[in-house]
Amino acid sequence: MAPESGIRMEKVCFDFGGRKILEDFNLFLERGVNRTILGVSGAGKTTILKLLLGLLTPDSGTISIDGTPLAGLRENELVRVRKHIAIVFQGGALFDSMTVGENVGYRLFEEGKLTEPEIERIAREKLSFVGLEQAIDLYPAELSGGMKKRVAIARALASDPDYIFFDEPTTGLDPIGVYNIRHLMNRLQQEGKTTLMVTHDMETAFAVSQRFSFLHEARLAFEGTREEMLTCSVPAITEFFAPTEQSLFRYNHLPEH
Amino acid sequence: MPLKLAENTLKLFFFEIQALFALTWRALRNIFRRPFYYREFATQMDKIGVESLFIISLTGLFTGMVMALQALIQLKPFAATSYVGGMVAVTMVKELGPVLSALMVSGRVGSAISAELGTMVVTEQVDAMRVEGTDIVKRLVTTRLKALVIAMPLLAMVTDGISLIGGYIMSFSYGINPVMYWKSIPQFMVFQDLIEGVFKPAFFGGIIAMISCYVGLNTSGGAAGVGNSAKRAVVLASVLILVSDFFLTKIFIVFR
Repeated sequence: MAPESGIRMEKVCFDFGGRKILEDFNLFLERGVNRTILGVSGAGKTTILKLLLGLLTPDSGTISIDGTPLAGLRENELVRVRKHIAIVFQGGALFDSMTVGENVGYRLFEEGKLTEPEIERIAREKLSFVGLEQAIDLYPAELSGGMKKRVAIARALASDPDYIFFDEPTTGLDPIGVYNIRHLMNRLQQEGKTTLMVTHDMETAFAVSQRFSFLHEARLAFEGTREEMLTCSVPAITEFFAPTEQSLFRYNHLPEH
Repeated sequence: MPLKLAENTLKLFFFEIQALFALTWRALRNIFRRPFYYREFATQMDKIGVESLFIISLTGLFTGMVMALQALIQLKPFAATSYVGGMVAVTMVKELGPVLSALMVSGRVGSAISAELGTMVVTEQVDAMRVEGTDIVKRLVTTRLKALVIAMPLLAMVTDGISLIGGYIMSFSYGINPVMYWKSIPQFMVFQDLIEGVFKPAFFGGIIAMISCYVGLNTSGGAAGVGNSAKRAVVLASVLILVSDFFLTKIFIVFR
Protein backbone atom coordinates (compact mmCIF):
# COMPACT_ATOMS: atom_id res chain seq x y z
CA MET A 1 0.00 0.00 0.00
CA ALA A 2 1.37 3.45 -0.94
CA PRO A 3 2.13 5.74 2.00
CA GLU A 4 -0.47 8.40 2.71
CA SER A 5 0.21 11.64 0.89
CA GLY A 6 -0.24 14.80 2.93
CA ILE A 7 0.32 16.11 6.43
CA ARG A 8 -1.77 14.82 9.30
CA MET A 9 -2.15 15.77 12.96
CA GLU A 10 -4.29 13.49 15.10
CA LYS A 11 -5.46 14.16 18.64
CA VAL A 12 -2.44 16.36 19.29
CA CYS A 13 -2.11 17.83 22.77
CA PHE A 14 0.51 20.42 23.65
CA ASP A 15 1.01 22.45 26.84
CA PHE A 16 3.39 25.37 27.27
CA GLY A 17 4.07 27.40 30.39
CA GLY A 18 1.23 25.66 32.21
CA ARG A 19 -1.28 26.64 29.50
CA LYS A 20 -3.06 24.25 27.17
CA ILE A 21 -2.17 25.32 23.63
CA LEU A 22 -3.66 22.36 21.77
CA GLU A 23 -6.07 19.70 22.97
CA ASP A 24 -7.07 16.76 20.79
CA PHE A 25 -6.29 18.87 17.75
CA ASN A 26 -6.79 17.33 14.30
CA LEU A 27 -5.61 18.66 10.95
CA PHE A 28 -5.16 17.18 7.50
CA LEU A 29 -3.30 19.05 4.79
CA GLU A 30 -3.91 17.21 1.56
CA ARG A 31 -1.54 17.76 -1.37
CA GLY A 32 -2.62 20.45 -3.79
CA VAL A 33 -5.10 22.01 -1.37
CA ASN A 34 -4.13 25.30 0.25
CA ARG A 35 -5.26 25.77 3.77
CA THR A 36 -5.32 28.66 6.22
CA ILE A 37 -5.47 28.28 9.97
CA LEU A 38 -7.35 31.07 11.67
CA GLY A 39 -7.74 32.01 15.31
CA VAL A 40 -7.22 34.91 17.69
CA SER A 41 -3.70 36.09 18.57
CA GLY A 42 -1.91 33.76 20.95
CA ALA A 43 -4.29 30.89 20.18
CA GLY A 44 -1.38 28.63 19.16
CA LYS A 45 -1.39 28.87 15.36
CA THR A 46 2.41 29.27 15.02
CA THR A 47 2.83 26.39 17.48
CA ILE A 48 0.99 24.16 15.00
CA LEU A 49 3.56 24.99 12.30
CA LYS A 50 6.45 24.32 14.68
CA LEU A 51 4.93 20.99 15.71
CA LEU A 52 4.55 19.99 12.06
CA LEU A 53 8.22 20.81 11.44
CA GLY A 54 9.37 18.81 14.45
CA LEU A 55 10.74 21.96 16.10
CA LEU A 56 8.44 21.21 19.04
CA THR A 57 7.34 17.82 20.31
CA PRO A 58 3.67 17.21 21.19
CA ASP A 59 2.75 15.91 24.64
CA SER A 60 0.51 13.32 22.99
CA GLY A 61 -1.09 12.51 19.65
CA THR A 62 0.49 11.77 16.29
CA ILE A 63 1.89 13.90 13.50
CA SER A 64 2.85 12.38 10.16
CA ILE A 65 4.32 13.83 6.99
CA ASP A 66 3.50 11.84 3.84
CA GLY A 67 2.87 8.83 6.05
CA THR A 68 6.06 9.16 8.12
CA PRO A 69 5.28 9.65 11.83
CA LEU A 70 7.51 12.31 13.47
CA ALA A 71 7.37 10.70 16.92
CA GLY A 72 10.68 9.23 17.99
CA LEU A 73 12.65 10.58 15.03
CA ARG A 74 16.15 11.87 15.79
CA GLU A 75 17.30 15.26 14.53
CA ASN A 76 19.13 13.78 11.51
CA GLU A 77 16.05 11.74 10.60
CA LEU A 78 13.87 14.83 10.95
CA VAL A 79 16.18 16.61 8.49
CA ARG A 80 15.18 14.03 5.84
CA VAL A 81 11.47 14.64 6.50
CA ARG A 82 11.91 18.42 6.52
CA LYS A 83 13.43 18.30 3.03
CA HIS A 84 9.89 18.28 1.66
CA ILE A 85 8.83 21.29 3.72
CA ALA A 86 9.87 24.94 3.83
CA ILE A 87 8.63 27.77 6.01
CA VAL A 88 8.45 31.52 5.71
CA PHE A 89 8.73 32.77 9.29
CA GLN A 90 6.83 35.81 10.52
CA GLY A 91 9.87 38.09 10.58
CA GLY A 92 11.59 36.34 7.67
CA ALA A 93 14.24 34.83 10.00
CA LEU A 94 16.98 35.60 7.49
CA PHE A 95 20.52 34.89 8.70
CA ASP A 96 21.95 38.36 9.26
CA SER A 97 25.59 37.32 8.94
CA MET A 98 24.97 36.13 5.35
CA THR A 99 24.13 37.92 2.14
CA VAL A 100 20.75 37.54 0.49
CA GLY A 101 22.27 35.12 -2.04
CA GLU A 102 23.83 33.00 0.71
CA ASN A 103 20.51 32.98 2.56
CA VAL A 104 18.64 31.73 -0.48
CA GLY A 105 21.24 29.09 -1.30
CA TYR A 106 21.72 28.04 2.33
CA ARG A 107 19.94 24.68 2.20
CA LEU A 108 21.70 23.74 -1.03
CA PHE A 109 25.07 24.58 0.54
CA GLU A 110 24.16 22.44 3.52
CA GLU A 111 23.21 19.50 1.32
CA GLY A 112 26.60 19.81 -0.40
CA LYS A 113 25.43 18.19 -3.64
CA LEU A 114 25.78 21.17 -5.97
CA THR A 115 28.76 23.33 -6.90
CA GLU A 116 28.90 26.99 -5.90
CA PRO A 117 28.13 28.32 -9.41
CA GLU A 118 25.11 26.01 -9.61
CA ILE A 119 23.85 27.21 -6.23
CA GLU A 120 24.34 30.82 -7.27
CA ARG A 121 22.38 30.19 -10.47
CA ILE A 122 19.47 28.72 -8.48
CA ALA A 123 19.64 31.56 -5.94
CA ARG A 124 19.44 34.11 -8.78
CA GLU A 125 16.53 32.24 -10.36
CA LYS A 126 14.56 32.16 -7.07
CA LEU A 127 15.36 35.79 -6.35
CA SER A 128 14.16 36.81 -9.78
CA PHE A 129 10.92 34.89 -9.04
CA VAL A 130 10.33 37.26 -6.11
CA GLY A 131 11.66 40.27 -8.04
CA LEU A 132 14.83 40.75 -6.00
CA GLU A 133 17.67 39.50 -8.18
CA GLN A 134 19.51 42.80 -7.82
CA ALA A 135 19.63 42.33 -4.01
CA ILE A 136 21.73 39.16 -4.16
CA ASP A 137 24.84 40.75 -2.59
CA LEU A 138 23.02 42.83 0.03
CA TYR A 139 22.69 41.89 3.70
CA PRO A 140 19.26 41.42 5.34
CA ALA A 141 19.80 44.58 7.43
CA GLU A 142 19.78 46.58 4.19
CA LEU A 143 16.29 45.36 3.18
CA SER A 144 12.79 46.56 4.08
CA GLY A 145 10.33 44.28 5.91
CA GLY A 146 8.50 43.38 2.68
CA MET A 147 11.75 42.62 0.85
CA LYS A 148 12.90 40.39 3.72
CA LYS A 149 9.69 38.36 3.42
CA ARG A 150 10.19 38.02 -0.32
CA VAL A 151 13.76 36.82 0.24
CA ALA A 152 12.39 34.36 2.81
CA ILE A 153 9.99 33.06 0.14
CA ALA A 154 12.92 32.72 -2.31
CA ARG A 155 14.85 30.80 0.36
CA ALA A 156 11.85 28.54 0.95
CA LEU A 157 11.67 27.79 -2.78
CA ALA A 158 15.38 27.05 -3.26
CA SER A 159 15.13 23.37 -2.44
CA ASP A 160 11.90 22.88 -4.39
CA PRO A 161 9.77 21.70 -1.43
CA ASP A 162 6.34 20.09 -1.74
CA TYR A 163 4.84 22.01 1.17
CA ILE A 164 5.39 25.64 2.12
CA PHE A 165 4.22 27.04 5.46
CA PHE A 166 3.59 30.75 5.88
CA ASP A 167 3.54 32.30 9.34
CA GLU A 168 1.68 35.62 9.17
CA PRO A 169 3.23 36.48 5.79
CA THR A 170 1.50 39.83 5.39
CA THR A 171 1.78 41.19 8.94
CA GLY A 172 3.38 44.63 9.09
CA LEU A 173 3.43 45.16 5.32
CA ASP A 174 1.97 48.05 3.35
CA PRO A 175 -0.83 47.29 0.82
CA ILE A 176 1.67 46.94 -2.04
CA GLY A 177 3.78 44.55 0.03
CA VAL A 178 0.66 42.53 0.85
CA TYR A 179 -0.29 42.47 -2.83
CA ASN A 180 3.21 41.22 -3.73
CA ILE A 181 3.06 38.38 -1.22
CA ARG A 182 -0.45 37.39 -2.28
CA HIS A 183 0.61 37.38 -5.91
CA LEU A 184 3.64 35.18 -5.10
CA MET A 185 1.52 32.74 -3.13
CA ASN A 186 -0.91 32.40 -6.02
CA ARG A 187 1.98 31.76 -8.41
CA LEU A 188 3.36 29.08 -6.09
CA GLN A 189 -0.01 27.36 -6.05
CA GLN A 190 -0.14 27.45 -9.82
CA GLU A 191 3.22 25.68 -9.78
CA GLY A 192 1.70 22.88 -7.71
CA LYS A 193 2.99 23.75 -4.24
CA THR A 194 0.80 22.99 -1.25
CA THR A 195 0.63 25.85 1.22
CA LEU A 196 -0.41 26.10 4.84
CA MET A 197 -0.78 29.61 6.19
CA VAL A 198 -1.56 31.06 9.59
CA THR A 199 -2.79 34.63 9.46
CA HIS A 200 -5.29 37.23 10.62
CA ASP A 201 -5.37 38.84 7.20
CA MET A 202 -8.73 37.57 5.97
CA GLU A 203 -8.45 39.17 2.54
CA THR A 204 -5.19 37.29 1.84
CA ALA A 205 -6.57 34.10 3.37
CA PHE A 206 -9.64 34.18 1.12
CA ALA A 207 -7.51 35.05 -1.92
CA VAL A 208 -5.08 32.15 -1.58
CA SER A 209 -6.80 29.33 0.35
CA GLN A 210 -9.47 26.83 -0.51
CA ARG A 211 -9.91 25.35 2.96
CA PHE A 212 -9.90 26.85 6.43
CA SER A 213 -9.39 25.59 9.97
CA PHE A 214 -10.37 27.65 12.98
CA LEU A 215 -8.52 27.19 16.26
CA HIS A 216 -10.44 28.20 19.35
CA GLU A 217 -9.48 27.53 22.97
CA ALA A 218 -6.96 24.84 22.02
CA ARG A 219 -9.42 22.89 19.87
CA LEU A 220 -10.40 22.77 16.24
CA ALA A 221 -13.67 24.72 16.16
CA PHE A 222 -14.25 24.54 12.42
CA GLU A 223 -12.93 22.97 9.23
CA GLY A 224 -14.28 23.68 5.78
CA THR A 225 -14.52 26.02 2.82
CA ARG A 226 -14.87 29.80 2.86
CA GLU A 227 -18.62 29.65 2.21
CA GLU A 228 -19.15 27.09 4.96
CA MET A 229 -17.13 29.21 7.38
CA LEU A 230 -18.98 32.44 6.61
CA THR A 231 -22.35 30.79 7.10
CA CYS A 232 -21.53 28.59 10.08
CA SER A 233 -23.04 29.29 13.48
CA VAL A 234 -20.01 28.61 15.69
CA PRO A 235 -20.08 31.59 18.12
CA ALA A 236 -16.28 31.98 18.18
CA ILE A 237 -16.18 32.31 14.38
CA THR A 238 -19.12 34.70 14.20
CA GLU A 239 -17.41 36.84 16.81
CA PHE A 240 -14.06 36.59 14.95
CA PHE A 241 -15.60 38.06 11.80
CA ALA A 242 -17.82 40.60 13.53
CA PRO A 243 -16.46 41.51 16.96
CA THR A 244 -18.86 43.20 19.37
CA GLU A 245 -18.54 45.17 22.61
CA GLN A 246 -18.45 41.84 24.46
CA SER A 247 -15.28 40.90 22.56
CA LEU A 248 -13.30 43.73 24.21
CA PHE A 249 -10.24 42.42 26.10
CA ARG A 250 -11.74 38.95 26.18
CA TYR A 251 -8.95 36.85 24.74
CA ASN A 252 -5.89 37.29 26.92
CA HIS A 253 -3.77 34.17 26.59
CA LEU A 254 -1.53 34.48 29.61
CA PRO A 255 0.85 31.78 30.86
CA GLU A 256 0.10 30.32 34.29
CA HIS A 257 2.65 30.95 37.05
CA MET B 1 5.86 26.22 50.64
CA PRO B 2 9.55 27.21 51.03
CA LEU B 3 10.40 23.48 50.94
CA LYS B 4 8.56 23.12 47.63
CA LEU B 5 10.39 26.16 46.26
CA ALA B 6 13.75 24.74 47.32
CA GLU B 7 12.86 21.40 45.73
CA ASN B 8 11.90 23.08 42.45
CA THR B 9 15.06 25.20 42.43
CA LEU B 10 17.18 22.12 43.06
CA LYS B 11 15.38 20.22 40.29
CA LEU B 12 15.92 23.12 37.88
CA PHE B 13 19.60 23.33 38.85
CA PHE B 14 20.19 19.63 38.14
CA PHE B 15 18.17 19.84 34.95
CA GLU B 16 20.38 22.72 33.73
CA ILE B 17 23.57 20.85 34.64
CA GLN B 18 22.30 17.78 32.78
CA ALA B 19 21.35 19.85 29.72
CA LEU B 20 24.76 21.60 29.73
CA PHE B 21 26.59 18.26 29.84
CA ALA B 22 24.36 16.86 27.09
CA LEU B 23 25.15 19.86 24.87
CA THR B 24 28.87 19.54 25.64
CA TRP B 25 28.80 15.86 24.76
CA ARG B 26 27.06 16.56 21.43
CA ALA B 27 29.51 19.37 20.64
CA LEU B 28 32.53 17.17 21.43
CA ARG B 29 31.17 14.26 19.37
CA ASN B 30 30.90 16.55 16.35
CA ILE B 31 34.50 17.79 16.45
CA PHE B 32 35.73 15.26 13.88
CA ARG B 33 32.48 14.88 11.94
CA ARG B 34 31.75 16.49 8.58
CA PRO B 35 30.85 19.17 7.59
CA PHE B 36 33.55 21.13 9.41
CA TYR B 37 32.19 24.61 8.61
CA TYR B 38 35.67 26.01 7.89
CA ARG B 39 34.34 29.49 7.12
CA GLU B 40 32.40 29.73 10.36
CA PHE B 41 35.45 28.40 12.22
CA ALA B 42 37.75 30.97 10.57
CA THR B 43 35.29 33.76 11.41
CA GLN B 44 35.20 32.64 15.04
CA MET B 45 39.00 32.39 15.22
CA ASP B 46 39.18 35.95 13.93
CA LYS B 47 36.52 37.25 16.33
CA ILE B 48 37.87 35.37 19.33
CA GLY B 49 41.61 35.41 18.66
CA VAL B 50 42.67 38.29 16.46
CA GLU B 51 40.12 40.79 17.78
CA SER B 52 41.04 39.98 21.39
CA LEU B 53 44.76 40.59 20.88
CA PHE B 54 44.74 44.25 21.85
CA ILE B 55 42.87 43.81 25.13
CA ILE B 56 44.95 40.73 25.96
CA SER B 57 48.19 42.61 25.27
CA LEU B 58 47.17 45.48 27.53
CA THR B 59 46.23 43.03 30.28
CA GLY B 60 49.59 41.26 29.97
CA LEU B 61 51.66 44.45 29.85
CA PHE B 62 50.21 46.08 32.94
CA THR B 63 49.95 42.87 34.97
CA GLY B 64 53.62 42.14 34.22
CA MET B 65 54.59 45.65 35.25
CA VAL B 66 52.61 45.45 38.50
CA MET B 67 54.01 42.00 39.27
CA ALA B 68 57.57 43.23 38.75
CA LEU B 69 56.95 46.33 40.84
CA GLN B 70 55.56 44.31 43.76
CA ALA B 71 58.35 41.73 43.48
CA LEU B 72 61.01 44.42 43.46
CA ILE B 73 59.66 45.88 46.70
CA GLN B 74 59.40 42.46 48.38
CA LEU B 75 62.80 41.16 47.20
CA LYS B 76 64.83 44.32 47.86
CA PRO B 77 65.36 43.69 51.65
CA PHE B 78 66.80 40.26 50.77
CA ALA B 79 69.01 41.62 47.97
CA ALA B 80 67.26 39.21 45.61
CA THR B 81 65.92 41.66 43.03
CA SER B 82 67.74 39.83 40.23
CA TYR B 83 65.10 37.05 40.58
CA VAL B 84 62.26 39.34 39.53
CA GLY B 85 62.14 37.84 36.00
CA GLY B 86 61.71 34.32 37.35
CA MET B 87 58.97 35.36 39.77
CA VAL B 88 57.03 37.22 37.10
CA ALA B 89 57.38 34.31 34.68
CA VAL B 90 56.23 31.59 37.10
CA THR B 91 53.25 33.57 38.35
CA MET B 92 52.17 34.66 34.90
CA VAL B 93 52.65 31.40 32.98
CA LYS B 94 51.07 29.15 35.61
CA GLU B 95 48.34 31.31 37.05
CA LEU B 96 47.72 34.90 36.09
CA GLY B 97 48.28 34.57 32.35
CA PRO B 98 45.69 31.80 31.82
CA VAL B 99 43.19 33.15 34.36
CA LEU B 100 43.34 36.83 33.40
CA SER B 101 43.26 36.20 29.67
CA ALA B 102 40.34 33.79 30.16
CA LEU B 103 38.44 36.34 32.25
CA MET B 104 39.04 39.04 29.63
CA VAL B 105 37.95 36.72 26.80
CA SER B 106 34.95 35.60 28.84
CA GLY B 107 33.85 39.24 29.18
CA ARG B 108 34.54 40.17 25.58
CA VAL B 109 33.76 37.00 23.64
CA GLY B 110 31.48 35.03 25.99
CA SER B 111 28.96 37.86 26.19
CA ALA B 112 29.12 38.35 22.40
CA ILE B 113 28.53 34.66 21.70
CA SER B 114 25.55 34.36 24.03
CA ALA B 115 24.05 37.62 22.74
CA GLU B 116 24.52 36.54 19.12
CA LEU B 117 23.00 33.09 19.66
CA GLY B 118 20.29 34.57 21.88
CA THR B 119 19.31 37.01 19.12
CA MET B 120 19.27 34.17 16.62
CA VAL B 121 16.92 32.24 18.90
CA VAL B 122 14.45 35.08 19.50
CA THR B 123 14.38 36.06 15.81
CA GLU B 124 13.73 32.39 14.86
CA GLN B 125 17.01 32.12 12.91
CA VAL B 126 17.94 28.99 14.87
CA ASP B 127 14.56 27.42 13.98
CA ALA B 128 15.12 28.44 10.36
CA MET B 129 18.54 26.75 10.38
CA ARG B 130 17.05 23.53 11.74
CA VAL B 131 14.35 23.59 9.08
CA GLU B 132 17.02 24.13 6.41
CA GLY B 133 18.70 20.92 7.54
CA THR B 134 21.48 22.21 9.77
CA ASP B 135 22.66 20.46 12.91
CA ILE B 136 22.80 23.62 15.01
CA VAL B 137 25.13 22.08 17.58
CA LYS B 138 27.65 21.25 14.86
CA ARG B 139 27.42 24.62 13.17
CA LEU B 140 26.97 27.01 16.07
CA VAL B 141 28.46 25.26 19.10
CA THR B 142 31.24 22.96 17.86
CA THR B 143 32.82 25.67 15.68
CA ARG B 144 32.94 28.07 18.64
CA LEU B 145 34.21 25.36 20.97
CA LYS B 146 37.05 24.48 18.58
CA ALA B 147 37.94 28.14 18.01
CA LEU B 148 38.04 28.93 21.73
CA VAL B 149 40.01 25.82 22.70
CA ILE B 150 42.63 26.65 20.07
CA ALA B 151 42.66 30.45 20.47
CA MET B 152 42.75 30.59 24.28
CA PRO B 153 46.22 28.97 24.76
CA LEU B 154 47.61 31.23 22.02
CA LEU B 155 46.11 34.30 23.69
CA ALA B 156 47.46 33.18 27.06
CA MET B 157 50.93 32.80 25.51
CA VAL B 158 50.69 36.35 24.17
CA THR B 159 49.64 37.56 27.64
CA ASP B 160 52.59 35.72 29.20
CA GLY B 161 55.08 37.05 26.65
CA ILE B 162 53.93 40.65 26.92
CA SER B 163 53.79 40.47 30.71
CA LEU B 164 57.46 39.43 30.71
CA ILE B 165 58.25 42.45 28.56
CA GLY B 166 56.24 44.62 30.98
CA GLY B 167 58.18 43.17 33.90
CA TYR B 168 61.42 43.76 32.02
CA ILE B 169 60.55 47.45 31.40
CA MET B 170 59.79 47.91 35.11
CA SER B 171 62.94 46.10 36.26
CA PHE B 172 65.10 48.00 33.79
CA SER B 173 63.71 51.29 35.06
CA TYR B 174 64.66 50.19 38.60
CA GLY B 175 68.22 49.45 37.46
CA ILE B 176 68.06 45.66 37.38
CA ASN B 177 70.58 44.06 35.02
CA PRO B 178 68.62 42.97 31.88
CA VAL B 179 70.67 39.79 31.50
CA MET B 180 69.95 38.82 35.10
CA TYR B 181 66.23 39.42 34.49
CA TRP B 182 66.00 37.01 31.53
CA LYS B 183 68.46 34.48 33.01
CA SER B 184 66.41 34.08 36.18
CA ILE B 185 63.40 32.80 34.22
CA PRO B 186 64.67 29.24 33.45
CA GLN B 187 65.97 28.99 37.03
CA PHE B 188 62.42 29.26 38.35
CA MET B 189 60.49 27.36 35.69
CA VAL B 190 60.22 23.68 34.80
CA PHE B 191 58.71 22.09 31.67
CA GLN B 192 55.51 21.16 33.48
CA ASP B 193 54.83 24.85 34.11
CA LEU B 194 54.66 25.38 30.36
CA ILE B 195 52.23 22.46 29.98
CA GLU B 196 50.12 23.93 32.77
CA GLY B 197 50.25 27.31 31.02
CA VAL B 198 48.84 25.77 27.83
CA PHE B 199 46.38 23.23 29.23
CA LYS B 200 44.62 25.60 31.62
CA PRO B 201 43.66 28.24 29.03
CA ALA B 202 42.48 25.52 26.64
CA PHE B 203 40.21 24.18 29.40
CA PHE B 204 38.99 27.70 30.21
CA GLY B 205 38.28 28.23 26.50
CA GLY B 206 36.06 25.16 26.60
CA ILE B 207 34.21 26.53 29.62
CA ILE B 208 33.63 29.92 27.96
CA ALA B 209 32.40 28.28 24.73
CA MET B 210 30.01 25.83 26.36
CA ILE B 211 28.54 28.23 28.92
CA SER B 212 28.03 31.02 26.36
CA CYS B 213 26.50 28.70 23.78
CA TYR B 214 24.26 26.94 26.30
CA VAL B 215 23.00 30.21 27.78
CA GLY B 216 22.62 31.80 24.32
CA LEU B 217 20.65 28.88 22.88
CA ASN B 218 18.29 28.90 25.88
CA THR B 219 17.44 32.57 25.57
CA SER B 220 13.82 33.63 25.75
CA GLY B 221 11.96 36.89 26.09
CA GLY B 222 13.19 39.28 23.41
CA ALA B 223 15.73 42.07 23.88
CA ALA B 224 15.68 41.88 27.68
CA GLY B 225 16.23 38.13 27.47
CA VAL B 226 19.25 38.60 25.21
CA GLY B 227 20.74 41.13 27.67
CA ASN B 228 20.14 38.73 30.56
CA SER B 229 21.78 35.88 28.67
CA ALA B 230 24.92 37.92 27.96
CA LYS B 231 25.19 38.88 31.64
CA ARG B 232 24.51 35.34 32.83
CA ALA B 233 27.07 33.84 30.48
CA VAL B 234 29.85 36.15 31.66
CA VAL B 235 29.09 35.66 35.35
CA LEU B 236 28.79 31.87 35.09
CA ALA B 237 31.88 31.45 32.91
CA SER B 238 34.00 33.75 35.12
CA VAL B 239 33.02 31.93 38.32
CA LEU B 240 33.62 28.53 36.73
CA ILE B 241 37.03 29.65 35.46
CA LEU B 242 38.11 30.65 38.97
CA VAL B 243 36.70 27.49 40.59
CA SER B 244 38.15 25.14 37.98
CA ASP B 245 41.52 26.91 38.21
CA PHE B 246 41.76 25.84 41.83
CA PHE B 247 41.03 22.20 41.02
CA LEU B 248 43.31 22.14 37.98
CA THR B 249 46.14 23.57 40.07
CA LYS B 250 45.53 20.86 42.68
CA ILE B 251 45.70 18.18 39.96
CA PHE B 252 48.93 19.60 38.52
CA ILE B 253 50.48 19.70 42.01
CA VAL B 254 49.62 16.00 42.52
CA PHE B 255 51.36 15.07 39.26
CA ARG B 256 54.40 17.26 39.90
